[in-house]
Amino acid sequence: MSHDHSLNPETMPEDPAKATLEGKNKFFGLWFFLGGETVLFASLFGTFLALRNSTAGGPSGEDIFGLELVFLMTMLLLTSSLTSVYAMYHMKNNDFKKMQLWLGITAFLGIGFLGCEIYEFYHYITDFGFTFRSSAFGSAFYTLVGFHGGHVVFGISWLIALMVRNAKRGLNLYNAPKFNTFSLYWHFIDVVWVFIFTVVYLMGKVG
Amino acid sequence: MDNTNTNSFQKQKNKEEMKKQLITFVLMIGFTIVAFAIVATNAMDKMFAVPLLLILAVVQVGFQFYYFMHMKDRGHEFPSVMIYGGVFAAMLTIAALVAIVWW
Repeated sequence: MSHDHSLNPETMPEDPAKATLEGKNKFFGLWFFLGGETVLFASLFGTFLALRNSTAGGPSGEDIFGLELVFLMTMLLLTSSLTSVYAMYHMKNNDFKKMQLWLGITAFLGIGFLGCEIYEFYHYITDFGFTFRSSAFGSAFYTLVGFHGGHVVFGISWLIALMVRNAKRGLNLYNAPKFNTFSLYWHFIDVVWVFIFTVVYLMGKVG
Repeated sequence: MDNTNTNSFQKQKNKEEMKKQLITFVLMIGFTIVAFAIVATNAMDKMFAVPLLLILAVVQVGFQFYYFMHMKDRGHEFPSVMIYGGVFAAMLTIAALVAIVWW
């Protein structure tokens, strides 16, 4: 790179994530992607809503869902959304170490969420015999929730890759947009989860 | 250090923004607890509970988009177009898929 993109408090731009053209493009590109993701998840939600009562004699959502675990998962993911906000706050204040710390906490909470989800699926399969092939409800449930879980896996891998790759670089105008892009993606994963716990679990329990 | 003042001004601004986001987070946790409480206590009839749960979710997601993802800030016209465009297509998709099984 021909320009010196490293940051110091004197030349710090207001928003380091959008100070370069590349940063601006990353920002637009990510939102473009999120628009598409909205439609992707809408089709999965629509399929789930259409098939959620087609249990084919197998267990229904009301039989198997446990609100305690879902509540714990919700808290983990919601909090991880806040911790990534904290990370971006420290990025704007040019505090690389604190940003890394909060990103680390975000990754930790994300892994906690993932652990709960793996346990949940394991519990459904072994204790209720509720699998992807049990019923149309089963297929729709695992596809929707699993797709979200896949997004979490991707997000955690992305975050860890970013943290390790940039550990010795410090914060500069080259990598600030990367961190910002990740944080937007991570918030979106949380948005999808809000609808999953509402539509799948809570509405499933109500009946 | 000519622009120390601008920097401390910016820092102050960032701090205020963070405070708003923290309040947003508390509200979001509140909405979540209310939503779970409605279901856990069976406090409401299905006919009222489902729309209420959906409203709570939509409000919470609004907070997430506008505060956590900064859609309320300047220069977010494009993100708004993308997300509302996505939501529009999402509504059509869900309406179509749910309508298919009614027949």
